Amino acid sequence: MTALAAETGTEPLTTTRKKGERRETAETMAARQREISVSEFFAKNRHLLGFDNPRKALLTTIKEAVDNCLDACEEAGILPDLLVQIEHLKDVGETRYRVTVQDNGPGIVRKQIEHIFGRLLYGSKFHRLKMSRGQQGIGISAAGMYGLMTTGKPVVIISKTAAKKPSHEVVLKMDTSKNRAEVVSETEHPEDDHWFPDGHGTRVVIELEGKYLKGRASVDEYLELTAIANPHARITFIAPPQSGDAGPARIEHPRAVEELPAETKEIQPHPHGIELGILIQMLERTESTTLSDFLQKDFCRVGPGTARSIAESAGLSARTNVKKVGHAEAEKLYKSIQGAKIMAPPTDCLSPIGAKVLLKGLEKGLKPDFIAVSSRPPAVYRGRPFLIEAGVAFGGDLPGDEPARVHRFANRVPLQYQQSACACFKAVVETDWKRYTLQQPRGSLPIGPLVVMIHMASVWVPFTSESKEAIADYDEIRKEMRLALQDCGRKLGIYLSRRERMRRQGERRHIFERYIGEIARACEAITGDPAQPLYEALLKTAQKKTAEADAMLDEEGRFIGKKDSLQNDDTVFMRESSDGGGERDDAPEPARAASDEDGEGKPRRKKQAGAAKEAPKKPGKKRGAGEDGGLFAGEQD
Amino acid sequence: MAKKTTKAATTAATAEAPRRRGSKATADATLLRIAQLGQHVRKVAMHTKEGDPSVEIPSRTLSNTRFNAKKRTLEMGDATQTRNLFNVGQARKFMQMMLQAAASKDLIQQDKTLSLRGMYYRSLHTIPGTKEKTFDDQSESDAILEDLEVGLGAMREELHVFAKKRGTMVGNITITDSGDEIDCRRMGSGGYAIPSICEPDVIRFGRCDAKFVLHVEKDTVWSRFNEDKFWQKHNCILTEGSGQPPRGVRRLLQRLNQELGLPIYCLLDCDPWGHYIYSVIKQGSINLAYESQRMAIPDAKFIGIRAEDYRRCELPPEVRIELNDKDTARAKQIAAYPWFERNRAWQKEIDLLLRNGFKMEVESLITKDISYVTETYVPARLKARDWLD
Repeated sequence: MTALAAETGTEPLTTTRKKGERRETAETMAARQREISVSEFFAKNRHLLGFDNPRKALLTTIKEAVDNCLDACEEAGILPDLLVQIEHLKDVGETRYRVTVQDNGPGIVRKQIEHIFGRLLYGSKFHRLKMSRGQQGIGISAAGMYGLMTTGKPVVIISKTAAKKPSHEVVLKMDTSKNRAEVVSETEHPEDDHWFPDGHGTRVVIELEGKYLKGRASVDEYLELTAIANPHARITFIAPPQSGDAGPARIEHPRAVEELPAETKEIQPHPHGIELGILIQMLERTESTTLSDFLQKDFCRVGPGTARSIAESAGLSARTNVKKVGHAEAEKLYKSIQGAKIMAPPTDCLSPIGAKVLLKGLEKGLKPDFIAVSSRPPAVYRGRPFLIEAGVAFGGDLPGDEPARVHRFANRVPLQYQQSACACFKAVVETDWKRYTLQQPRGSLPIGPLVVMIHMASVWVPFTSESKEAIADYDEIRKEMRLALQDCGRKLGIYLSRRERMRRQGERRHIFERYIGEIARACEAITGDPAQPLYEALLKTAQKKTAEADAMLDEEGRFIGKKDSLQNDDTVFMRESSDGGGERDDAPEPARAASDEDGEGKPRRKKQAGAAKEAPKKPGKKRGAGEDGGLFAGEQD
Repeated sequence: MAKKTTKAATTAATAEAPRRRGSKATADATLLRIAQLGQHVRKVAMHTKEGDPSVEIPSRTLSNTRFNAKKRTLEMGDATQTRNLFNVGQARKFMQMMLQAAASKDLIQQDKTLSLRGMYYRSLHTIPGTKEKTFDDQSESDAILEDLEVGLGAMREELHVFAKKRGTMVGNITITDSGDEIDCRRMGSGGYAIPSICEPDVIRFGRCDAKFVLHVEKDTVWSRFNEDKFWQKHNCILTEGSGQPPRGVRRLLQRLNQELGLPIYCLLDCDPWGHYIYSVIKQGSINLAYESQRMAIPDAKFIGIRAEDYRRCELPPEVRIELNDKDTARAKQIAAYPWFERNRAWQKEIDLLLRNGFKMEVESLITKDISYVTETYVPARLKARDWLD
């Protein structure tokens, strides 16, 4: 902070003064040196928190509010039911918006309201190691501060903790110089108010300068992605009317699973994850008296034996009084800790989304043809446990011929900015997708109708900045990401090569019928005998051959009897084709053959759809052999 | 296949006028073979249980090529491959083969010939009801025509198909080409263009005073010799094959050698490609091993240029062209061919080429003098009977 103070205290350098006269004296400088409040600092540097421009500010505001809501609901064990509303206040100004976010969480007790919403760096999450969306306790108060700064309007919070209790409406104004909030007004609503149908919850209303646009990195996308990573939440979004809309648009993200994610446990720091300064601080603050006690209670994975050996190799006794450990001893102790063999941190503190839920979320959100997900076992970076989950979705409605989209999540929160700075992005780029039959220009994302999703769950996600936009590039993290992607990629590769094989298989089935007309005519030219009987004989054989091929393949073009590695894999989703199977008893399908003739290599789905449409067929009726009597009656333009 | 001729019409047409292309017997034999192919397909398709017509095609691979040490020519082995209609990988080729067989039949009946490219266009159309063309490009058609040749046991000429003209001739000989008498002594600077088909029914030899044939690799060198009237001074025939000589040139050389007893001397570049041209002229090629007995000239001699000529003729270093990896590999491959493997002189020659590490073109002799090759080099080699066999 002193560096910042100096920065604010310099005068223009062009002032002329006598030779030898000092520009400043220690005293004049001291007069201007004072503490800066955190709020002031961030008010000036709001881009650090994600408020760089109006569009991003709107997104960040909603994001911070939604993250808090989900965290609160999950901690209280409530299935989240969120409402997000954006109102465009055109009468006030083109860039004026009102954001309302409401949850059905446990609510906030009255006296905490101004702290939580009015102070930066205030919260329950910073001082602990527990997997949660929020970390620093900056988010929602920063949003309120931004709103106040750009519109002068205070934040309105309504909260209710139980059905039988009244709800409190508090209007808050932040005082940046004090990092405190000032209550402008407060109202107590009777307990039977209409806000909270569940009897509890919190509602936040912030007015701010913003800009609502759809597309990449929009609020819409954020909520979509949030719904993918949080299928247990129901999110209703009321968007401002776009040009042409009659009124506000209501977008529902229904709940896909009825189970809350497993509750996450708080853990003590792992000895290998701390730095010397932190160790000294912990020594000063601990409530333990002996060194052994301190090591066992303030860290995880340290038992009496390990504690003793750490103390001894630092030249200390396990019974040393913690207060007597000086700087020199602390340094020895730190080295000894680093050298000690300690079990990896516990991993039950992590709550992965889970392969099954991830599949559901991706399927619901993207509607692809194929999904593979992979959940890595927990790993450790800097003494902090983390876990990587990845998923790839392919085909369906996803746009082809474009670089793949990468959806990044940290503790279930979508990350939408600074993609290329993120470890996730780097992991995707360095994975060799060509191996899985995708195109990939050197050093870039793979090309195709592909979405790659990476989720990092950790008690502490290392972000590159306070605005939590990109995951820092630790080797351990990137390696886990790569392994997860390779696992998904392998399955995608199997699927794609099989799909290609099926397409070829489909083409092959009709090869004979395609050429026999030519052969029959050439034979007529050679022998002079009429082509028609020969054509019919050949067609019969062709259909018999096709039937033989069909008998060896099932509905999806797979060889019957061959075990399918993807079919029984519960980390893989494949869209089933829509036509009902089991109609394969009379294999030569006139409709199928005819529908195939209008093009080569059409996607399989379309082919089958065509076959299904014309499905009621008469067995035994041969294509082209009757009716108008022409040799090639089956042909069409 | 718009034209549908009946058998009766065929016989009537052939009976009227004498054939311009080949004898009636040859034509009838070829027509019979094509008809047999058609009948076979019909019979198998309509009257057998399996209903899957197939064609046996002798395989044209190195592994199915034998060197007949006694005849000193390459021969095709007995290995064949079967092409089935009802095989997904072969169906298209089977269809193409039937198309070209029908096209060839049409040509023979009309007593006309077509080039390889013409045949490609003749049978090129879109398969009704699809977007698929019968041939993707000419090379596909060319390969099918070769299959048809070996499959039917009929020569390309007998199918009335010819290749692009390549190759030139001048010299002390008169020939009759399709009834026109041609005096090869009076061909100006351009020379007589050797046709693709040089069978006796197309080309008949007339008066011949020449004592030997000098075959050079390419047109540029041939022009030098023609301008210097080398063939007049040395009483010979001068031919050229534009690199690897086409079948027409090879057949003509073979006939000059066989029928008129003229020795053939080859003047080729000193590199693996020149060596292989010589090998093809002498023993026949792997791809056309079945044609060897008509094409190969076991007595052909290689007079140059030789690897030792760099030193012997005191050529300047500028003429050296460094061997690349491909050249080296090819040279070693050629040295290992059974017909070179036991030939000491050739082993020495290739060894020296490799040791030199460079190749030379015939034109490199021009650095000595414009007419060095015609006035000094070749006469000296011939006089000294200095050649490789």
